[in-house]
Amino acid sequence: MVAAKSTVPFNGTAEQKAELLEVINSLKDQKGCLIPILQKAQGIYGYLPIEVQTIISDELNVPLEKIYGIVTFYSFFSLYPKGKYGISVCLGTACYVKGSGDIFNSLKEKLGIESGQCTPDGKFSLDACRCVGACGLAPVMMINDDVYGRLTKGELDDILAKYN
Amino acid sequence: MYRSQVLICGGTGCTSSGSKVLIDTLKEELKKNDLDKEIEIVVTGCHGLCEKGPIVIVQPDNIFYSNVKKEDIPLIVSEHLLKGRVVTSLVYEEMVTDNGLKPLRDTNFYKHQTRVALRNCGVINPESIDEYIGTGGYEALGKVLTEMTPDEVIQVVLDSGLRGRGGAGFPTGLKWKFASGNRGNVQKYVCCNADEGDPGAFMDRSVLEGDPHAVLEAMAIAGYAIGADQGYIYVRAEYPIAVARLEIALKQAREYGLLGKDIFGTGFNFDIELRLGSGAFVCGEETALMTSIEGNRGEPRPRPPFPAVKGLFESPTILNNVETYANIAQIILKGADWFASMGTEKSKGTKVFALGGKITNTGLVEIPMGTPLRTVIEDIGGGVPNGKKFKAVQTGGPSGGCIPAEHIDIPIDYENLASIGSIVGSGGMIVMDEDNCMVDIAKFFLEFTCDESCGKCTPCRVGTKRMLEILEKITSGKGTLEDIDKLEELAAFIKDNALCGLGQTAPNPILSTLKFFRDEYIAHVVDKKCPAGVCKDLLQYKIVADKCKGCTLCAKNCPANAITGTVKEPHVIDPDKCIKCGVCMSNCKFGAIVKE
Repeated sequence: MVAAKSTVPFNGTAEQKAELLEVINSLKDQKGCLIPILQKAQGIYGYLPIEVQTIISDELNVPLEKIYGIVTFYSFFSLYPKGKYGISVCLGTACYVKGSGDIFNSLKEKLGIESGQCTPDGKFSLDACRCVGACGLAPVMMINDDVYGRLTKGELDDILAKYN
Repeated sequence: MYRSQVLICGGTGCTSSGSKVLIDTLKEELKKNDLDKEIEIVVTGCHGLCEKGPIVIVQPDNIFYSNVKKEDIPLIVSEHLLKGRVVTSLVYEEMVTDNGLKPLRDTNFYKHQTRVALRNCGVINPESIDEYIGTGGYEALGKVLTEMTPDEVIQVVLDSGLRGRGGAGFPTGLKWKFASGNRGNVQKYVCCNADEGDPGAFMDRSVLEGDPHAVLEAMAIAGYAIGADQGYIYVRAEYPIAVARLEIALKQAREYGLLGKDIFGTGFNFDIELRLGSGAFVCGEETALMTSIEGNRGEPRPRPPFPAVKGLFESPTILNNVETYANIAQIILKGADWFASMGTEKSKGTKVFALGGKITNTGLVEIPMGTPLRTVIEDIGGGVPNGKKFKAVQTGGPSGGCIPAEHIDIPIDYENLASIGSIVGSGGMIVMDEDNCMVDIAKFFLEFTCDESCGKCTPCRVGTKRMLEILEKITSGKGTLEDIDKLEELAAFIKDNALCGLGQTAPNPILSTLKFFRDEYIAHVVDKKCPAGVCKDLLQYKIVADKCKGCTLCAKNCPANAITGTVKEPHVIDPDKCIKCGVCMSNCKFGAIVKE
């Protein structure tokens, strides 16, 4: 996936770095610890900019290109910050046959962003996801941890208006 | 002791429909009525009937309330729990008959099911190891450690005929046998594939959320059988409830000495670590999964060497799917013959399917192998809603195919589905009606595999992209008959030459739709029409003059100003301006707008 360059400067704090170093220290003797460390790091910073990858590379003595290779391979990892409210629309099969593709396109239009991007005010980011396993409620989208099921296009404006 | 228990489903489906609020409201109401010492709230796993969620069951009366809302809770408390009167208006409608309530197990959704892998889901509190033990949990582990040799365990699994439930259907016992040599002299691993990636399949999630100890117990049994002391569960990070329940279960099992050192005082050691998947479909492939646990990009490796010889960290490894493990303890306790008595000649036991798409009862069902597809669609699933016509069912996700209406009487098992170009796969079943375009469905799956191709081998990396481009060409009305031939040629090549299961099966959705719905492809390329009315470039919205009342609603809402006409006169759509968004059609109160 070709990703656009992030415009948000990195502003990690000393506390975040201390937390990350603690995570690295507690996990580094485990076999295959790199991915669990990256998952925790993303939990701390919200995303994995090159600055964070560099810290991990230095601490574990693993080449930065290997870390970058992993971060870009898995869709769970993000090189860019996410919006305050992360929207994910399920494009799994059950949702797709019930029209989630239309909902996704409609959100792209309403927010003026493409999949994977964040609105300029940092409020909403939009992603497609593969099946959250709530197929009984298709079509489904999530905004942070809130699940909206049996969606119709007409409801989208009201739902978005709830988030400030 | 509590006199009554209220079971509230805490699976993902019901949680999304609002069961959390129900739990809080019920707690308050019980306190208010001084019932909190008499009545216990039990948060369970999935009952399968997600369509009717959130689900609340009152025991011991076995009353199944469906679509329960927060406002209904005070009524259930004051009527049922306080006065013992069932609130019939909230009971699952199929249980209500003129002669009183009929048992839940006699309803169409449940009466055709046999629950083995799902036996505890929705029945016990998944966060309590005592409840699991109370239903016979960890008895099988005790039995194998104290009464059986490792070879006997493998023999029982072999005799049961259990085959891998993750998709490929490889005999589980054989897998274990291959990895069983040299016990005690080499490091070995037992892995659990909980990276349920097929969109539309959620049985593994339900087992992990509803009965996590069943998986831990089976992994320990497998560890004993092959001589491994370490297990890994690779579970999707997208399943937060499943991950949380697994963590609780692991902690409890260690506290009870059912995992760790010297289990049951037999000298057998076994422990399990969780690893979270990071969102890569290919990691459901066994060699890619192991590469990922090792801390790398999840790219598959060529086989041989097979994992039983050289798997995780280069050691002999067995990898089974969640649902496969969920059957093991029952097989040990009830015997191979019991398991083999269910199912067909070559496919034994039961299989869980996730019913979704255009079907009345979406949810999770477990049926004996060999059950006719018609029973699943019409009886259990309740048929296609809104009076539409059943067109096909897609099984096996991106690796599977579509079964058309003319094969609806096929008995479901590995061999039968393979014989018509589909697969059982992990058990996703997406029902489609006349409004679904099969070329569009094939395109949907190709977009998926193309996106999820790891890029290691050329047939998959380049081939899926080329197939997708051809499908895009066809659905946009620019396709030719030669394109269909080219698709078939490419599909055959990729099938034969891709490195792993993802690539080898990626052409299946195309091949099977071409086999059964070739006329739809032809309609797209020759007539430039999409018969189902899905492919936008091939559609035209039109206003039926006779039905149009001239209310102007469509013209007002048209974002492209493509609709003109005077008040109370039939309107017209200008096809050059129309962007085919469909807003006019959904707004028209007279059904005067059609797409063709």
